[in-house]
Amino acid sequence: MAVCIAVIAKENYPLYIRSVPTQNELKFHYTVHTSLDVVEEKISAVGKSLGDQRELYLGLLYPTEDYKVYGYVTNSKVKFVIVVDSSNTSLRDNEIRSMFRKLHNSFTDVMCNPFHSPGNTIQSKAFDGIVSGMMVQTASTV
Amino acid sequence: MESLTLTDVEQKYYSDLFIYCDTDNTKKVASNGRALDLFRAAQLPSEVVLQITELCGATRLGHFGRSQFYIALKLIAIAQSGLPLRVESLNSVKDLPLPRFVVGKNEAEARHAALYQDSDSQGLYPASAAAVMPRPPGRGLQNKKGTPSIDFIYLCFQPEPTSPVVSPQQSPPTSPPSWRKHKRQTSGGNVDRPAVVAPTGAVWTHFREPQESTTIRTVASAAMTNEIQRQSSGYDDPWKITDEQRQYYINQFKTIQPDLTGFIPGSAAKEFFTKSKLPILELSHIWELSDFDKDGALTLDEFCAAFHLVVARKNGYDLPEKLPESLMPKLIDLDDSAEGSEQTADVGYSGSPVEVTPSKSPSMPSLNQAWPEMNQSNEQWETFSERSSSSQTLTQFDSNIAPADPDTAIVHPVPIRMTPSKIHMQEMELKRTGSDHNHPTSPLLAEPPELSDEANLPASLKFVAANTVGDGYSSSDSFTSDQEPTTRQRSQSGTSPEALKVVAPPPPPPRPNASHSRSSSLDMNRTFAAAAVAGQPQSSTIAYPPAVPPRPLPTQAEGASGGGAALSTTTSPQQIPQQPNFADFSQFQAFAASEHKLDVQNAQSVEKTSEGAGPLRTVKSDGQAKGSGSGSGSGSGSGPLAPPPKPVRRRLKSEDELRPEDEQHGPQKSNVIAAVLATQPSIPRSVGKDKKAIQASIRRNKETNTVLARLNSELQQQLKDLLEERISLEVQLEQLRPFSHL
Repeated sequence: MAVCIAVIAKENYPLYIRSVPTQNELKFHYTVHTSLDVVEEKISAVGKSLGDQRELYLGLLYPTEDYKVYGYVTNSKVKFVIVVDSSNTSLRDNEIRSMFRKLHNSFTDVMCNPFHSPGNTIQSKAFDGIVSGMMVQTASTV
Repeated sequence: MESLTLTDVEQKYYSDLFIYCDTDNTKKVASNGRALDLFRAAQLPSEVVLQITELCGATRLGHFGRSQFYIALKLIAIAQSGLPLRVESLNSVKDLPLPRFVVGKNEAEARHAALYQDSDSQGLYPASAAAVMPRPPGRGLQNKKGTPSIDFIYLCFQPEPTSPVVSPQQSPPTSPPSWRKHKRQTSGGNVDRPAVVAPTGAVWTHFREPQESTTIRTVASAAMTNEIQRQSSGYDDPWKITDEQRQYYINQFKTIQPDLTGFIPGSAAKEFFTKSKLPILELSHIWELSDFDKDGALTLDEFCAAFHLVVARKNGYDLPEKLPESLMPKLIDLDDSAEGSEQTADVGYSGSPVEVTPSKSPSMPSLNQAWPEMNQSNEQWETFSERSSSSQTLTQFDSNIAPADPDTAIVHPVPIRMTPSKIHMQEMELKRTGSDHNHPTSPLLAEPPELSDEANLPASLKFVAANTVGDGYSSSDSFTSDQEPTTRQRSQSGTSPEALKVVAPPPPPPRPNASHSRSSSLDMNRTFAAAAVAGQPQSSTIAYPPAVPPRPLPTQAEGASGGGAALSTTTSPQQIPQQPNFADFSQFQAFAASEHKLDVQNAQSVEKTSEGAGPLRTVKSDGQAKGSGSGSGSGSGSGPLAPPPKPVRRRLKSEDELRPEDEQHGPQKSNVIAAVLATQPSIPRSVGKDKKAIQASIRRNKETNTVLARLNSELQQQLKDLLEERISLEVQLEQLRPFSHL
């Protein structure tokens, strides 16, 4: 369902970014980058209630005429950003949440790999598979 | 020299030979040494060899460069085929067979040749016999994969890593030598032959080792390689792990983690596999494949799988996308048989032998186990009562020599319940009527199942336990409520037989024993049943074990006017001598009779519970004896009283069914309660009598207390339910009449 999925490290550099329509990749990259500001804002806003569980799912970061951007941040400040095409029948919140959950799980699996150093780009095929699974549908629907 | 055009086969072959000869890894072969041996192995006259050498230009250079070497080999082939040695013939001769090298000179060569020939026939065995026409290693060419070789394993993981290992695809000359050095150092041999990692690499490895090695290890490796290659080359299942391989893996596992059932942490595994010099990306992929449960650690199975994949990779196999089935850890019964995609045509579906019990994911197997256990326990909860009741029943019956009348057994169903239940009601009926015991028993029997749903005080359980048929039912009640009474009952039943020839513990007191003082009610039931069926005298003897004079008995006696009185009288005499102070019952009965209907109800329920207590029973029985008449009167009197409150409660549950039971229960409960209450005041009396009696009474009181407490809680619950219902009804009412507010 997603048009673009990105994983951004704590230092705000991308660990993994993938888009479906390859022609607009740059545009999506830019979108993801700008969405980071919103993510930061949300994180700092909730930062008041430090310690106790901050909601990982950030929800809709901002909608544009073409697409919507959803954000999710882990406790280690790794951010997941999903860009969804607006023309799609609007996905329910649950679906987005489940997508983030899957991303988080496979991200955890990647981190568990001792051969992967955190901070390196994610090159796990399993992770790729999961992401493709989330994005292939977009291709079919769009 | 002219440019040399070689066919693919020739190219490969020559390169292998070159690597073989290039002991110094200098990309050139000295004129002497291996190359010379090789040439000599060609079984050509020495002058021919010289000629060849000269032709190829080695003489000029002083050594064999790669091209020179290739030319020389080609010339050898030409010479072997009988053609004149001409430079021109290098490229002109077509379909030139590969140069042959006799075994004797060079085992490796011979084997190599043999290998080449046998490659198709999966004969990687050293054909040390005759030189064979080496045939193109079609296999290798086609798959560009060697066979996973243990040698690679050894080579991969030598404790002294030297130069970075090159992936199989890299040109052999560069990688193998250093790699090989690595191994050779360990083996102590000075075999500096580059390991041909390429398709023929495995073969070379295999053959080289035996040739040069003197160490056991290499021999072993050769043997293993042999096995592996044999298996792998068969394309049965490239991913299958042979026993030797597995054993090797296990040994390696032990070096990291001595406990075969333990884990290898990710960091240690990383170090270990990094030694194999595979690129990190590939190692990462291998890890992803092999870490089955994604916990960042490797069990033995996972480690073997990972190791096997590394070996395969080093031999040129591409890593699969998914973990092959044969490598999957057989720890969990996962049906991920979807994996197992193989690049090769043959996919092995047989899992590799799992020698070590998988303990990788203790959580998962335990989970799997836990779930069934939990389910079972759930089931057990359901059926436990059944079982226990039956077991109790059995116990009791065993103790009861005379299990007496089948009638009695049948008669006493049940569970003594604190809450009015059909059974109790029926029991009351039974007692009241005293004549037709069989009849009540049937309804009793039928009803218990229904009543079992209701909450029952533990005491009731005890009673139930005692009974046969009813036991099953009653036990359910008992178990739902409490186990203790049953145990007590059992103990009592145990004691009772001793004390009395009568069987044990009071069978579930037919109804009246709402107090659930098992013994009492059970005794009563039995008593009455026996009385009904076989005549009172029998039942009396049987019914009341001295140890547990059923308190309910008195109540029961009360309930069952005719039979009860008779029975109680019969029983009491027996019990009286044992526990002389059962005046309680008389008081009890009187008390019961005089009680308000609610009190009666309570008393009944209490009595029932207290009956379950056990010792109380004795008191009760005595009391019964004395107050049989009054008891019956009170019972009957309480009968009419009891139903009303009971129906109220009943409505909450199953109105229709309970209605008739309520009535029966009412009297039972009242009796029970009365009995209980009666027993209490009787305590002081017993004090003066006998130490035993005192103790018994103390016990009884305690049981009564418990029973009463339970009854209290039950009633509280019922009260809550009632209130809730009332509230809901009120809400409905308001909804229906909204205008009433206006």
